[in-house]
Amino acid sequence: MRGFLYVISALAVVALAFWAYQQNYATQQALRDVRNLQNDIATQRSRLAVLRAEWAYLNRPDRLRDLAEINFDRLGLLPLMPEQFGLVDQVAYPPQPLLPITDPVETRAGPDIGPDTDDEEVQLP
Amino acid sequence: MIRTPLRPLARVLKARQTGENPDAIERENIRLRHEEMRDKARLRAQGRLLVLSVFFLGAFMTVGARMGHLAASEPMEPQARASGSQILAQRADIVDRNGRILATNLETHALYAQPPIMIDKEKAARELAVIFPDLDEKELLEDFTGKRKFLWIKKKLSPEQKQAVHDIGDPGLLFGTREMRLYPNGHLAAHILGGASFGREGVHSAEVIGVAGVESRFDDFLRDPVNEGAPLELSIDMTVQAAAERVLHGGMKLLNAKGAASVLMDVHTGEIISMVSLPDFDPNIRPRPPTEGEPGDSPLFNRAVQGLYELGSTFKIFTAAQALELGLVNQSTMIDTKGPMVYGRHRIRDFRNYGPELTVENVIVKSSNIGTAHMALDIGAKRQKEFLASLGFFQPTQVELTEAPGAQPLYPKQWKDISTMTISYGHGISTSPLHLAAGYASLLNGGTKVTPTLIKRATPQQGPRIVSEQTSKASADMLRKVVTKGTASFGEVPGYHVGGKTGTADKPLTNGRGYYDDKVISTFASVFPAHDPKYVLIVTLDEPTETSGPKPRRTAGWTAVPVASEMTRRMAPLLGLRPEIAPAAPAKVTLTSN
Repeated sequence: MRGFLYVISALAVVALAFWAYQQNYATQQALRDVRNLQNDIATQRSRLAVLRAEWAYLNRPDRLRDLAEINFDRLGLLPLMPEQFGLVDQVAYPPQPLLPITDPVETRAGPDIGPDTDDEEVQLP
Repeated sequence: MIRTPLRPLARVLKARQTGENPDAIERENIRLRHEEMRDKARLRAQGRLLVLSVFFLGAFMTVGARMGHLAASEPMEPQARASGSQILAQRADIVDRNGRILATNLETHALYAQPPIMIDKEKAARELAVIFPDLDEKELLEDFTGKRKFLWIKKKLSPEQKQAVHDIGDPGLLFGTREMRLYPNGHLAAHILGGASFGREGVHSAEVIGVAGVESRFDDFLRDPVNEGAPLELSIDMTVQAAAERVLHGGMKLLNAKGAASVLMDVHTGEIISMVSLPDFDPNIRPRPPTEGEPGDSPLFNRAVQGLYELGSTFKIFTAAQALELGLVNQSTMIDTKGPMVYGRHRIRDFRNYGPELTVENVIVKSSNIGTAHMALDIGAKRQKEFLASLGFFQPTQVELTEAPGAQPLYPKQWKDISTMTISYGHGISTSPLHLAAGYASLLNGGTKVTPTLIKRATPQQGPRIVSEQTSKASADMLRKVVTKGTASFGEVPGYHVGGKTGTADKPLTNGRGYYDDKVISTFASVFPAHDPKYVLIVTLDEPTETSGPKPRRTAGWTAVPVASEMTRRMAPLLGLRPEIAPAAPAKVTLTSN
């Protein structure tokens, strides 16, 4: 019985050592991954900063103004001026659509009105 | 263990034979035994103490070693933890009120050389001189072959330059990473931003420190890692600032002025939306301060904040407002304007003769020095001084720029009656355009004091009351009439109800005795919309001349006013103001019968 216990505990020690060894290496791998990821993040951050700076540089007012002047033929951009503001009253709204005709009335009169072509154009709802 | 008996029989018998007391033997033995016990106990205690002291020594040594290690080693980000809070060693960005970038950082490289490990020094010097035309080949070679073991060659490199230096292939030419301050908009808002340069420099990194403007004023904030990279939000609007700079620059060139400044300020919050000083500079390559000539002519000089000028008739509205506030006059009180007004050996004249008397309103509209001087005499020196002090004209502005505290306004130490009279129309007191903007804003926003600020804020300032709301309203009305029928008729911008006051002041001679005949500072202080003031715009031109007529004209009505009017036309839509028709006074109901 005692010999059996010794064997069991020796095996347990071996198993635990194996487990600990594996965990150790898994941890180191995880740390390495984290470090790589953080390096990636740092690279992306600095890239983002550069892109932001470039965006600001490309959108600087001087350049936009020059571009607007160069492309005036195509775009016709002008500085914002008070005259460009309008009132709601000045807006030409589209005419209100005619209400659908729900009970068509027979309007055909005598034959002297004209050629009889209306029939196809009356749209029934 | 052998236990020695307390009463050994042999010794007891022997003692009995010799007649000694055998108890003495027992006591003797007890004593010996106790001594032995004591020695043993002491030894054990000493052993314990030794163990404990070794333990404590070990513990303290561990703590000490860890502290020493922490202090001496390079700081490192914790790796195993999730990256929740990142350590930001970067200088924070500066953005405008809409979040557009005004200043940011860019990673770049610095180039340094270690001559001892260089291989082909002649070739390196030759090729470096080709890459950087501003470097001299001979000087480089001298440096390389001299005793120096280390030298900086360039503080900032572009990626192309870095590649070109790489291609030289000399192991003694090395790169250090650098964080560089970048102002992507170039000249825009140069005087506000100031500039930055390197502080302490190491091979791996260098400290970026602000040298002027908000960069210097908020240096601590921008470098504080606690903010976690939160940007500094200025009250400046980039679009408005760009439009203002463009129009003002055009106006300055058209009117042959040597300098110009403008300030656009929100009257309620005190935020400076745009502040321009021309000529300006590029903060990316900030020039060195001039060593000769007038410091005021340098592009580094911020005319809007540092420039102290006699701003002339723009001050008249303060005199009129105070007279109204004190109840000395109302808008239609007649004021004596018979000229010239003689006071002691001084004579005060008007631009032309306006007849024997004018209403208060017309004194402002026609800009009569004599009428204003009469009102000031009624107010008295003491009250006038107190009023101007309450508007902040005797203190440097508190705007957040390093340069601001240096701009102490100039005013007479002894405030005599003649000072009262001249200061009532803006002569004898020198202030910056920003002072004037703050004064106008305080007077016209309903009558409470505002302090100019460059930091974005959401709420109006609740300053102490300076004048009543009625006086504020009446002042705005008078300023509006100056534009509709007075000296600033070119200032009208349809739809925006500009009100304002012109000011033309002769420049003082450099020796301080008297004034130039042909050099003026012309100023237009305007407010829009006059029926509900929202913005104050100050435009100042230095030595303008309008040459379209037969005689050169220098008055503000011909110079500063048209420029200001064009600026208003361009800026007001950008500020989100739509042109509108001024609301008419509510129709009065007259009771005709009961």
